[in-house]
Amino acid sequence: MSLALREVWTAFRRAPGLGVLSVFTVAFSLFAFGLFGLVAYNTRLALERLEERVEIRAYVTEGTETDAVAAALGDIRAFPEVANVIYVSPEDALKKARVEMAEFKDVFEPEFLPASLEVRLKAGNRGPDQVRAVAKRLNGYPFVDDVRYGEEWVQKFYSVRRAATAAGIILGIAFAFAAMIIIGSTIRTSVLARSREIGIMRLVGATDGFIRAPFLIDGLLKGLIGGVMAVTLMWVTRAALTATVFAFQFFPTPVLLLGILVGAIIGLLGSALSVGRQLKRV
Amino acid sequence: MSSGSQTIIKFTSVSKSWARGSGGLQKVSFAAAKGEFVFLTGPSGAGKSTILKLCYMDELPSAGEVRVSGVSSLNAKRTEISRLRRKLGIVFQDFRLLEDRTAWANVAFALEVTGTHHKAIPPRVQKVLERVGLGPKMQAMPSELSGGEQQRVAIARALVNDPFVLLADEPTGNLDDRASRAVFQLLKDINTSGTAVMMATHDLDLVRSSGFRSLELNKGALVYDSSDAPLPEKEH
Repeated sequence: MSLALREVWTAFRRAPGLGVLSVFTVAFSLFAFGLFGLVAYNTRLALERLEERVEIRAYVTEGTETDAVAAALGDIRAFPEVANVIYVSPEDALKKARVEMAEFKDVFEPEFLPASLEVRLKAGNRGPDQVRAVAKRLNGYPFVDDVRYGEEWVQKFYSVRRAATAAGIILGIAFAFAAMIIIGSTIRTSVLARSREIGIMRLVGATDGFIRAPFLIDGLLKGLIGGVMAVTLMWVTRAALTATVFAFQFFPTPVLLLGILVGAIIGLLGSALSVGRQLKRV
Repeated sequence: MSSGSQTIIKFTSVSKSWARGSGGLQKVSFAAAKGEFVFLTGPSGAGKSTILKLCYMDELPSAGEVRVSGVSSLNAKRTEISRLRRKLGIVFQDFRLLEDRTAWANVAFALEVTGTHHKAIPPRVQKVLERVGLGPKMQAMPSELSGGEQQRVAIARALVNDPFVLLADEPTGNLDDRASRAVFQLLKDINTSGTAVMMATHDLDLVRSSGFRSLELNKGALVYDSSDAPLPEKEH
């Protein structure tokens, strides 16, 4: 093991430029992939926040007994899709309207606004079909006058979300492939630069495992250092964007660690494949 | 033939062909005994290097069998081949030294990569470099050494694992007359101390004057084996 480490160091000292270049290549490939991931992640968070705003409003016919509404509330709360229901009295509606539309606050009068039920759905149950189904059931109550849920908005929102998901997956795969190919070819170059050494090791009777070890360590280290550099670059970029454009959410720590691990694995696999090809030559 | 003595290399009807190029072999059979000195002669492309590559199993035959120290080309595993090579010394015309390491480190490398205990390495390296006459230049880089000296480093590296046979592919091909003679003398000394030597060469004068066994190849066929003919007494 110590010999393998020494070989890694010797190789780096002999061609420090090549070593630094491969680390930078790994770092920037992962950085590009990570930036894309960061944008995709933030888009997803923004869409989730938007999705929370999906609500159904059922207007209650004037003069309905509050008891009937109260009984229905418990009933609706038990719908599997429903997260919560609140009763908005005409007075509450007026207060809200005066806050939301301050310039018209003197125009509103209590009898002007009907009472309503505000229904919010559980995450995962906010698709256009589910929203429509819940709305239909609410409409079935005799005291419900009208149901509104911004049908058009919900549909648009979901088609945007589908497009964003599809674009995310396709671009993500493309970026990941590009990163792997670039990293793989860089590591292959550094293995080829040492093909003479590999040849001599084989001639004097070193086993394949022995020959492979320094290259695997080399690839692993490059991937690891490149991964850490990529995370650092992303962090700096996020800080700059947050300061100038808008508040970007950074990846949670487990995702960051996974990113670094992926870098290390790409480095390791790239080296293993390149050395394997060199060794197979006899 | 090598009467009664132990056979270390045996070619049985060995053929080797490549899709392109020369250097193939056609049904070559011969055996070399322990401690023997054998020349491989013939024009370029006759198959001399191919025979050596088959000996250290860098190539495997297309047909026939190569057997070296009990390892057969028919069923050798990669690890067996690695272990076999530790008992072979291999020397090339172009030395194949690592340019970024001293003579000492080049020789030590062969011990390190075969897992020799680190404490056992320095005395063995020192001893073998002294044996090839490079005691004073152990710390020189290959670029600071003459061709003859670089070949001595390569020979030292080949010898450091105490091989039973030294395979040398035109070891004097890049050297001037004086250096060639000195390297050949070194190979003869190595042979005298018990290591078999198989050496490919163009130098027919050397072959004739040495009186050692020679195998002559032409277009991949073994056309002459001096051991089949009556030989004068060997001179060392």
